[in-house]
Amino acid sequence: MRKFLLQGLMSRPLTEPAPLPGDPAVEELGRALQARLRGRLGRSLTIRAVDAGSCNGCELEIHALANPFYDLERFGLHFAASPRHADVLLVTGPVTRNMAEALRRTYTATPDPKWVVAAGDCARDGGCFAGSPAILGGVAAVVPVDLHVPGCPPSPTALLQGLLALLDRAATRA
Amino acid sequence: MDLTPLANADLRSTPLRRDHCTLSDWSTACAALEAGKLTLLALWGEAAAVRMALLDEGAGRIGVLTLPAETAFPSVGRHHPPAQRLERAVADLWGLAPAGAPDARPWLGHTAPYPFLPVEGDSLHQVPVGPVHAGIIEPGHFRFTAQGETVVRLEERLGYVHKGIEALMTGAGLARGAELAGRTSGDSCVAYQWAFAQAAEAALACPAPPRAQHIRAVLAELERLANHLGDIGAICNDAAFAMMLAQCSILRERLLRATDLAFGHRMGKDVIAPGGVTRDLTPDGVAALEAALAEVAGRLPRLVALYDGTASLQDRTVGTGRLSPDLARQFGAGGFVGRASGRSFDTRRALPYAPYDALAFAVATRDGGCVNARVWVRFDEVQESLGLLSQLLASLPGGPVRTDLLPARATEGAEGIGLVEGFRGDVFVHLALGPDGRIARCHLRDPSWFQWPLLEAAIEGNIIADFPLCNKSFNCSYSGHDL
Repeated sequence: MRKFLLQGLMSRPLTEPAPLPGDPAVEELGRALQARLRGRLGRSLTIRAVDAGSCNGCELEIHALANPFYDLERFGLHFAASPRHADVLLVTGPVTRNMAEALRRTYTATPDPKWVVAAGDCARDGGCFAGSPAILGGVAAVVPVDLHVPGCPPSPTALLQGLLALLDRAATRA
Repeated sequence: MDLTPLANADLRSTPLRRDHCTLSDWSTACAALEAGKLTLLALWGEAAAVRMALLDEGAGRIGVLTLPAETAFPSVGRHHPPAQRLERAVADLWGLAPAGAPDARPWLGHTAPYPFLPVEGDSLHQVPVGPVHAGIIEPGHFRFTAQGETVVRLEERLGYVHKGIEALMTGAGLARGAELAGRTSGDSCVAYQWAFAQAAEAALACPAPPRAQHIRAVLAELERLANHLGDIGAICNDAAFAMMLAQCSILRERLLRATDLAFGHRMGKDVIAPGGVTRDLTPDGVAALEAALAEVAGRLPRLVALYDGTASLQDRTVGTGRLSPDLARQFGAGGFVGRASGRSFDTRRALPYAPYDALAFAVATRDGGCVNARVWVRFDEVQESLGLLSQLLASLPGGPVRTDLLPARATEGAEGIGLVEGFRGDVFVHLALGPDGRIARCHLRDPSWFQWPLLEAAIEGNIIADFPLCNKSFNCSYSGHDL
């Protein structure tokens, strides 16, 4: 373990100034995000992830946000274990009949002001599951949605960009 | 017991014969399952029939029984507990009641209040968890009954992410079917799409070209690597050893990026299609993959040493959540759950399919049955997948990557089976095509069906605080199970 710690001290961090070559600079995105966050919510924005029926693909990419390349927390964004501590609900999946009540309750448990980000193609309108009697539709069929991040699943960069767009909207609404 | 004669060689290339069986055949099969002579591979319903796929592990053969049923069928779960949840799902989705079943509660249907099993004893308390969990994971409900800190019973309730996938499949074309198969369990999209493609190709007796088979295996091993690395990191993180998560997530990200470069999608989704693959592997793609794999191979020994040399971590994993070999065998548990409890079944070896029949690899098996054993099986499989990938990339055959599937010749349609070793275990697909070439019925069976019940057994006698560790070491799929 000592070797890993020493190497961590001696080498440069993996966290990328621009994680994806050729992509609109994510570092810039991060700086913009941070500036808005400080204006609006102090130094942090707390997110509660809710899987309302996804295939688990979106969850994998949400997990990736925490890896050393994207390092979500450097932007003041972090995930909370309870909706009661959250500013944002990040909801994935079409909303299944069997999860609708749990999603409603989670939304109710989140204090105001709150925002809902629907992540993934299914979260928009049910995606490839649209029309199934076992689902109610997209996230908006059950709780009001402020922003949608497309993708199947959305890449970690797309998720970050989505959170920035949300803050833009939150700033204009305030 | 005479199984539908299907030798392993033609399992995935020959249409399945659909013969109705008698009640006597059905009960003979139940007795063979109960005696441990056969393993239950799948049990599903369809219009006016219930079907059961059986595996004879010794002979390496699979058979499918079809019992005509209007309203009820003789319960298999009465004799063979692994069938119970499958039967409850059949009752929910097809209205076919398992007669004599020990548990008549609904499973995937959540319309009525759910009576949990009664618990009796001194000083017991219950802890309900979910469906919305504290972590970023799929939804399900766990009802713990504890005495002090010790779990005396865990009862799972699943079905929260039931999306009606099989109903959407019915009447759909093959392309739409492949799309849905790839979205059944997001972490296993490659395994599902491959199994679905196998079933379609078997039904139409139309195998994919060799180069496509190779590319599929590249994708499947990349999926296994990425998921195993994610799991190893997450299991250690659940024991508060965050360094392993950070190290593993670096390697996982490198693999996903290389997959993106090579196949245009970070998880290789929608590359596999019935008839072959939709995208060829270019020399640039191969180079990107080789670079990422070299980094994983270079860092793996240090991660193994880190795990092996951290006593405080092993203190949490060794002996925790022990699953007995007998239960693993009875339930036909696949993947790391079975292989960490001595069940060495791996469909790449036991019922091989192209290109695995021509590749060298070892099936990693441990017998500890605990969280530690499940971590080691993953480490071993990472090593084996690296070996497989270097063989695959070095021996890519030339030729086309896709063939046109011929329509079913028989006027009554055709059926086929797919069986692919995903990272979690064997993914089984049964596909029936109608005379118009559209899907008449498709059943997708996730390995989790036979692993979830074992988690209930493995946690018994452990403390609640070790549940996340046990759960992550099983890493069962909710979506793949709930369909």
